Amino acid sequence: MLSFNILVLLATLYVGFLFLVAFGADRRARRGQMGWMRSPLVYTLSLSIYTTAWTFYGAVGSAVRNGFEFLAIYLGPTLVFVGWWWLLRKLVRIGRSQRITSIADLLSSRYGKSPFLAVIVTLLAVAAATPYIALQLQSVSRSFSIFAASNASGSAAPDVNFTAFWLSVGLAVFTILFGTRSLDVNERHHGVVTAIAVEAVVKLIALLTVGVFVVWGIAGGAGDILQRIGDAQLNTASASGSRWVALMFLSASAIICLPRMFQVTVVENSDERHLATASWAFPLYLFLMSLFVLPIAVVGLAEMPAGANPDLYVLTLPIAHNREALAMLAFLGGFSSATSMVIVAAIALSTMVSNHIVMPLWLRLRRPSAELSGDVRDLLIRSRRLGIAAILALGYGYFRFTGGSEALASIGLIAFTGVAQVLPVLIGGLFWRGATRRGAIAGLLAGFALWVYTLFLPSFGGSWMMSADMIAQGPWGIGLLRPQALMGMQGMDPLVHALVWSIGVNAVLFVGVSLVTFPSPLERLQGVQFVNVFDHSTGQGPQASMAVAADDLLVMAQRIMGNRTALNLFREAALAQGKGDGLPDPTPEFVNRLERELAGTVGAATAHAMIGQITGGATISVEDLIAVADEAAQIMEHSVQLEAKSRELARTARQLRAANEKLRELSVQKDSFLSQISHELRTPMTSIRSFAEILRDGEGLSREQARRYSGIILDESIRLTRLLDEILDLSVLENGKVVLDRARGNLGDLVSRAVSATASLNGVRPMTIEVAPEISRIELTTDLDRLSQVFINLVSNARKYCDAAQPVLKIVATREDNEVSIDFIDNGSGIAEKDRAIVFEKFARLSDSSAAGSAGLGLAISREIMRALGGRIEYLPGQRGAAFRVVVPL
Amino acid sequence: MKDPASPQFLDRRSYRRKRLIDAARLLPLMAAVLLLMPLPLEFAPTPAQGGAVALGLYLFILWLVLILAAALMSRPLARALDERPSAD
Repeated sequence: MLSFNILVLLATLYVGFLFLVAFGADRRARRGQMGWMRSPLVYTLSLSIYTTAWTFYGAVGSAVRNGFEFLAIYLGPTLVFVGWWWLLRKLVRIGRSQRITSIADLLSSRYGKSPFLAVIVTLLAVAAATPYIALQLQSVSRSFSIFAASNASGSAAPDVNFTAFWLSVGLAVFTILFGTRSLDVNERHHGVVTAIAVEAVVKLIALLTVGVFVVWGIAGGAGDILQRIGDAQLNTASASGSRWVALMFLSASAIICLPRMFQVTVVENSDERHLATASWAFPLYLFLMSLFVLPIAVVGLAEMPAGANPDLYVLTLPIAHNREALAMLAFLGGFSSATSMVIVAAIALSTMVSNHIVMPLWLRLRRPSAELSGDVRDLLIRSRRLGIAAILALGYGYFRFTGGSEALASIGLIAFTGVAQVLPVLIGGLFWRGATRRGAIAGLLAGFALWVYTLFLPSFGGSWMMSADMIAQGPWGIGLLRPQALMGMQGMDPLVHALVWSIGVNAVLFVGVSLVTFPSPLERLQGVQFVNVFDHSTGQGPQASMAVAADDLLVMAQRIMGNRTALNLFREAALAQGKGDGLPDPTPEFVNRLERELAGTVGAATAHAMIGQITGGATISVEDLIAVADEAAQIMEHSVQLEAKSRELARTARQLRAANEKLRELSVQKDSFLSQISHELRTPMTSIRSFAEILRDGEGLSREQARRYSGIILDESIRLTRLLDEILDLSVLENGKVVLDRARGNLGDLVSRAVSATASLNGVRPMTIEVAPEISRIELTTDLDRLSQVFINLVSNARKYCDAAQPVLKIVATREDNEVSIDFIDNGSGIAEKDRAIVFEKFARLSDSSAAGSAGLGLAISREIMRALGGRIEYLPGQRGAAFRVVVPL
Repeated sequence: MKDPASPQFLDRRSYRRKRLIDAARLLPLMAAVLLLMPLPLEFAPTPAQGGAVALGLYLFILWLVLILAAALMSRPLARALDERPSAD
């Protein structure tokens, strides 16, 4: 049988081989010969760190204890990967565009680069990972002791603790060597990833070989195994539907939230398309890993003595059948599973610790001095190395403390439940813009606390912090607070109980607090960038102050990224800005880019804080934005108002101009009216005056002469009076002050009155007037005197101005709906077309030839009367002679 | 339809790609239903004798089918990743 020393030698050789692989891969990567190291195959194999020693050894134990339950641990991740288009695609895209370094960094970055959130997640991750690392140490040291125990010589059976201690030291050295080589996590750990891929192949081959040996070497082939599974009395007492669902949920969230899984899935991802391959290849890997679990379990149950630990059947079955080489392979497989998990977990956790706890603390201590002094790069690397050592020390401490008594599976599930607390906040942050930092903190803290209280502390079985009495009776004997039966929820599986409580309260608080709180500007900005990452893949960060000296930035960047990288970055940026030499301008784009680059090394929150120190912490707030927007809105409103005002002014000015124009016209009219009226008045006055003088001074006037002259004076006085009457009348009508005396009357009477009134006019020729008989049948209500005044005017005009040899005036009436038109048509030559527009104007006598006894106001008065009566008077073109139409409402 | 300028009807290729993405989204949901549905019955404290083999075969075959479906879709989906940087 193998001696313990040979085993140690073998393990050392194997680790040496891994060293070489990692070293070679790192060298190739530095030379830029990526080749197969960037293949989707390596990516998929690196994901296999999900299957730890817990899987390698513990799955069989789980199958013995709980039947098919172990499958849920692999089906959950299968669902996540098969459904990669939903979540993983987005996660990887965000990880790349925001240069995320860890799960804590992701959450802190999403929730406004909150340092506090990052601290919570880091602590949670460390707390959950510690037992898990202890589990790996335990399984490796146990496998060592199995060999030692089976060793016939029985010599030098080493202490389990001793093995675990040196294993931890070796792992720490390996991890520090290859995990902190490149500081920028986004430059990726090619060496480590390649070594892990190799380990993935080793453990898969080991488990498959053991499986094949068990099925075809011990049992009688596939049929026999199926028979045995059917007959086997797998203990399924604690298995239940709710546990099945819970385990599936836990494993699905673990594949996303476990820091080491996040590290390999998101951070180490070099190409999104690798996800597409991993979407089926990783489930296939899991499938193969679990294919022989159940056969090994049932065969182990049948073959091994009753007291044997089912967690180690993978190892003990070959040993029992004296297959040393196979046992060695199985040992190496388990060893690989444990070491790869511990290495990646230590890298991921140390990154988180140094970025989110050490750096912020250091920054805070440095705050008084605005200038960054000291080499940050050294500090980061040192803190990361110390972090790795500390995490392994914690794991070792936990292992020593619990004494390695716990069944493997339950420790793993405790860790899974711990990291699953991140899930609600993560999913909410990726798909819901309303998720706020306060909500995330509240949910995480509550979930964390409940996890510790209901699962983590009780898992010590009363040996630490929480007494067995308290677990059974509740603190101070309060039954409602019993850790494994909160609020009296008894009879539940402790795991399901803890999961329901912690995730339930976590999610409710997260959503509830998010709904009632208001996110900060940076949170909202980040929220948009995360939720809509496919629209914003360029990733515009918030604007930083322009007043930053570029050399300050360069000094800081050199300290963190190293001289050459920083100089290259700055030179590139300067070239992009069109500046051949010298430093680039600290434009917002450049500062944002620099912040992202730095985030790749120290995490988003720290990078933001460092840039903030140099830029004077100048970040815009929504209040600023609102103020700016308000101002703009006010200015716009003002200008709109001004425009309206100016439009109004223009309108008023136009109106004023029009009014002015009208006034001037009116003034002109008035002037001409006055001159005309004085002329009209002057003519009779002149004759009255001259004849009156003749009468006064004329000594020898005959009685006949005197009589004639007096007659002229009288006639002229009458004419003058009539003129004045007309002017008065017109002024009354024009001012609208006329009082109408409405009465019912016959139109025929009015017409005949007009005809007879005009018949006695002197100086006019006899005229035939034909009145249409239907006129006398029309009755109407109007001011009869006024209307007859219009008629008289029209008939007398016809008598005066009709130039026909045999003057004839036709008066016709046409009745329409509710008005009547009366036409006065004579057979004269009519009114010339150019004069038609002015016949209704005052003093518009067209010629003076027969202007007997008229001042030319008649038609003007008629028009005013008709307007007052609600009708109209118009010239009627198209008749042979002059024709006027009077329209009166009935 | 965020972009008003984007056409109402896509050509055959884009249409296929959209349906492919629908299928990719649907696959895990269907799988979850299939994985969760029969199990509370099977995980009764005393499973029916012989039911264990059937259950095992059911789970493993379903698993294989899932892997196969994902494998068939992975290549065109990877292309869709490239061609549609702003998917959805």
